[in-house]
Amino acid sequence: MADAMRGKIGADAGMVGIYTGGAWVAERLHRALGLATPLGHLAVTLHRDDFGRIGLHRESRRSQIPFPVDGREIILVDDVLHSGRTIRAALNELFDFGRPKAVRLAIMAERGARELPISPDWLGAKIEVRPDEDLVLSNESGRLRLAMVTRP
Amino acid sequence: MNNNLQIGPDGSLRHLLSTEGLPAEMIRRILDTADQFVSVSERDVKKVPLLRGKSVFNVFFEGSTRTRTTFEIAAKRLSADVINLNVAVSSTSKGETLLDTVYNLQAMDADMFVVRHSQSGAPHLIARHVKPGVAVINAGDGRHAHPTQGLLDMYTIRHYKKDFSGLTVAIVGDILHSRVARSQIHALKTLGVPDLRVIGPRTLIPAEVERLGVRVFHDMAQGIKGCDVVVMLRLQNERMNGALLPSASEFFKCYGLTAEKLALAKRDAIVMHPGPMNRGVEIDSPVADGPQSVIMPQVTFGIAVRMAVMSMLGSP
Repeated sequence: MADAMRGKIGADAGMVGIYTGGAWVAERLHRALGLATPLGHLAVTLHRDDFGRIGLHRESRRSQIPFPVDGREIILVDDVLHSGRTIRAALNELFDFGRPKAVRLAIMAERGARELPISPDWLGAKIEVRPDEDLVLSNESGRLRLAMVTRP
Repeated sequence: MNNNLQIGPDGSLRHLLSTEGLPAEMIRRILDTADQFVSVSERDVKKVPLLRGKSVFNVFFEGSTRTRTTFEIAAKRLSADVINLNVAVSSTSKGETLLDTVYNLQAMDADMFVVRHSQSGAPHLIARHVKPGVAVINAGDGRHAHPTQGLLDMYTIRHYKKDFSGLTVAIVGDILHSRVARSQIHALKTLGVPDLRVIGPRTLIPAEVERLGVRVFHDMAQGIKGCDVVVMLRLQNERMNGALLPSASEFFKCYGLTAEKLALAKRDAIVMHPGPMNRGVEIDSPVADGPQSVIMPQVTFGIAVRMAVMSMLGSP
C-alpha cells in the first residue's frame, strides 16, 4: 500500500491513525513513507453516533495531532472499513482541530457492508466476511495479525 | 439520606447527589472520563455532540454565578440546550412548592436538572420524584454536599500527586458550614487517603467530625506540617460578625495561609481553594498567586469534570 501512496502525497502531508488498529497501521505507513511531519492519533469516542444507544465508552486515549491541521493535506488511516461510521466520526473529530486542505483515506482491509458514502483512496485488501463475523487486527509485540472472529 | 438513588441497578450513574456512598470505582470512572474532556477544551472547536438534543435545566434556588456558569459551559460544550432558572427570585417567591416547580420543568421535557438549594436534601427530594431517565445533579445543598466540587478537587489532586495512597491532606477553615469540606472528606476517604486532617477554630469544626476518619487540629502550624495538599476554605463573611469568630483579622492571624505557614508543609505541597477567595482573610495574596497554588487549574478541571458527570448521566 505504501508503494501505491508514494508520490501521490504532498511533502508536508500529515498522517493520523484512528485508535486502536488504525494507529498501528499508520505507524507502519508513516515509517515506510518517511513522512516529515510527526504521526497523529485520533480517538473517535466523543463523536460516535451510537452514544444515544450504548453510552460513553471508557476511553483513556485522547486525540493528539502534533501539527497544525489548517490548510494541510491529511492522510487518515484505519485498519478495517465496515459501515463507514467510524470514519464519519473521525472526520468530525479531525475538523475540531482545524480545516484541512484535503483528507485522503487509507484502509488496510475492507469487509463490505458500507452504510455511508465513504470510500478509501487506498485499500490494502478486500475481504469477504460473513455478517456474524468480525475482522479484527491484533498486535502481538509489534507483529500485526488480521483475523476473522465469529461474534459471540 | 438515601444515596442508592445515585447508582442504577446496572451499576451506572443515575444521579449525582453526594460523594458519600459513591464507590471508589465510580469516582475513578468519573475522573478517567474527565481526562478526555480536558483535551476537548484545548481544541479550536471546544464542543462535542454527546448531549445534542438534550435539555439541561440549571435550577438555582440559591444564588451562585460561578457554579452556574461552569455547569452552563460544561453542558454547552456537550451540545446540550441549557436553560438557566434563577428560582430564588421567581416561582418560590410566589408560593410554589419545590416539587411543583420541578414537575412544571419536567413537563417542559427536561432531561437533566442541576440543582442548588439552601436546604440540605432538596436535590435528593427532587431525584426521588423525577421521571425515570431524568437525572439530577446536586450543585450544592445547604451544609450537606457539593459533589462536583469534591470531584474536581479529586481530579486536581490526582493530576498533581498521581496517587492517593500515600497522601497527607489538610482542609483548613470553616469546616462547620462547608458542604465542600464534607464532599471532599467523603471522596478522600473513599479513595484511600491515609492521613486526612481538618484544621480550624473549635467553633467552626463540627462535633464528632473524627467519626468520618479525620484528625482535628486547632493549631495551624501543627496541622499543616508535612502536608502534600492544603485545601483552604472560604470564610463566609456572614459568619464573621456572629459569636463564632472574633474578627477577620484575628482569623487570618491564626488560620490564614501565609508563605511562612505554607513552608511547614512539604516542599512540593499544592494549595487549593474552591473559590471565591477572600484574600487576606483565609489566604494571603502571595500564596494565592504563588507557584504552589493550583486554584486556577481547579476551575479549568471543574468544567471537564462536570462534562464527565453530565455525559455519564446522559448515557442510556
